[in-house]
Amino acid sequence: MSLRHRLDTVTEPIIERIIQLCGISAIVFVFGIFFFVFREGSDLLFRGFDLVEFLTSPQWYPDSVGHKRYGALALIAGTTSVTLLAMAIAVPFGLGAAIFISEFCSPKLRETFKIVIELLAAIPSVVWGFIGLTLMNELIITLFDAPIGLTVLNGGVILALMSVPVIVSIGEDSLKAVPDSYREAAEALGATRWQIIYRVLLPAAKNGLLAAVLLGIARGIGETMAVLMATGHAVKIPHSVLDSVRTLTATIAAELGEAPVHSDHYQVLFLIGVLLFTISFFINLAADLIIKGIGRK
Amino acid sequence: MKGQVVATNESNPASLGANPGLSSTPGYGSRDLFTETPFVRKKKRTEYLVEAIFFLMTLLMVVPLIFIVCYLFYRAAPALSIDFLFSAPTSGMRGGGIWPALLGTLYLVILSLLVSAPIGVLAAVYLNEYARDNWLTRIINLAVVNLAGVPSIVHALFGVGAFVLFARMGRSILAASLTLAIMTLPVIIAATKEALSAVPMAFREACWNVGASRWQTIRGIVLPNSISGILTGIILQVSRAAGETAPIMFTGAVFYKAISEGDIFAYGLFDQCMALSMHLFTISTQVPNVPEAIPYATAVVLLGTVLLVNMLAIVFRVYLRSRKKW
Repeated sequence: MSLRHRLDTVTEPIIERIIQLCGISAIVFVFGIFFFVFREGSDLLFRGFDLVEFLTSPQWYPDSVGHKRYGALALIAGTTSVTLLAMAIAVPFGLGAAIFISEFCSPKLRETFKIVIELLAAIPSVVWGFIGLTLMNELIITLFDAPIGLTVLNGGVILALMSVPVIVSIGEDSLKAVPDSYREAAEALGATRWQIIYRVLLPAAKNGLLAAVLLGIARGIGETMAVLMATGHAVKIPHSVLDSVRTLTATIAAELGEAPVHSDHYQVLFLIGVLLFTISFFINLAADLIIKGIGRK
Repeated sequence: MKGQVVATNESNPASLGANPGLSSTPGYGSRDLFTETPFVRKKKRTEYLVEAIFFLMTLLMVVPLIFIVCYLFYRAAPALSIDFLFSAPTSGMRGGGIWPALLGTLYLVILSLLVSAPIGVLAAVYLNEYARDNWLTRIINLAVVNLAGVPSIVHALFGVGAFVLFARMGRSILAASLTLAIMTLPVIIAATKEALSAVPMAFREACWNVGASRWQTIRGIVLPNSISGILTGIILQVSRAAGETAPIMFTGAVFYKAISEGDIFAYGLFDQCMALSMHLFTISTQVPNVPEAIPYATAVVLLGTVLLVNMLAIVFRVYLRSRKKW
């Protein structure tokens, strides 16, 4: 046995152990995230924090001296309204684009579109926020004659553009997973392309498309900087798309810097973090199970 | 298939121009077997229409990208110059350049890369080369998916709770980079896994057959053959880390920090720093009366950096695919 060989027999188990640890690290990090975020907020929870009020009251007065209220309903409504609007725009366009790219495109055009989508997905959220703050703001003020352009509409459009790449790439994957024999069989029966899409592909790929939509929603709920800058900081339940709102994520970003460490306000912000983590965890879990379900077929 | 081919050509004005030679002969029976019936024509028309609609939907996604880039450049043009990149902000961020922010971003990206690249690559090696198909592997995969889905602001909270407070790093470059590293880990894992699984199984089997161990095979055959794919993943991590704002906002990035000009080692590990993304947020929302072109120019620099890095990854990937030997 050469020296190198002997060295290998010693080092190899160590290296393999390190590799295994790195593999497990992902689990550690996910638990770590939940643990540390929960830990910072848990103190308040065990001191009898009113969870019902937190989830159902629209009164968010964290800075008030005599009348502190931590009701997150208006923030939840903000997140919901912006995400819903974003999905109303992004889902049809995203799925439409996914269908076009997977069914109608020549291979060359497909590559081009995929690159564009990748670049669209790469734009940092703070740049999107800046676009909302400047370009979209001016556009909404001139188009709708509104006093301010930082609204649900603004945030929704920006968020739609941000989540479209997710929907397109996952939607396209799931359309590609439909076996070609399905398409050939339908074509042999004389079906048009539209009939194939509507009657064959959509039903066959519906799980994957659902997962695409779910991940788009998760992206929308979790987005921070863009909605912070584009929806205009008003803690209230919106009545129209031209109202300003504030989302859960934006509230954390806006107030964490000012809340004194370990104060009630600070801990409530971490509880919002726990809420966001839980929502995104379950959406991702659901999407993953749905996608895995396709793989098994 | 309703109303099959009873209609004559005359009832279908759109067809008149399409096939003038045949449209004069009415009825179905008198026709050549292979000419288009109105039914087929209608089918074709819906087909074009459907294709056009889907094409428009795709286009509506592409157009904003081009428009936004052009618009930002147009508004930023007055402020863009080499001097803008390499000078510090002056007069309360209302003038001057972005050098400290640029340098800060560079520090954060490099440091986060140093942490996430080894962990990410080795994690992918484990998942692709060692892990059996059991519950542990499934949970790890699920954790990776979830790690990628955790909202960026929750990563920020985690960074504050774990690194800034628990590990007593304070608000520092170190804490911010570690937060970024964990956030961008899934990018590297996903890209590396894809690169590793593209190496044909036969390569490994050949190697095992001459008596190499698992790790020897990975070191000698699998990694060298997938190195370019791994590098693509690392490039994407860089672009992601450079653009993030929320995770560094409370863990290490500050509005303003004076550094000595021309010194590229101006920041220490436990210093706070400025960052490009944070700087854009600050001057566009927190500082009043900033000359218009400066935030636009900052946005262009940030967007330009990220898009260039991404394009580098794409070019790299295309080149790679073209010279693949198997």
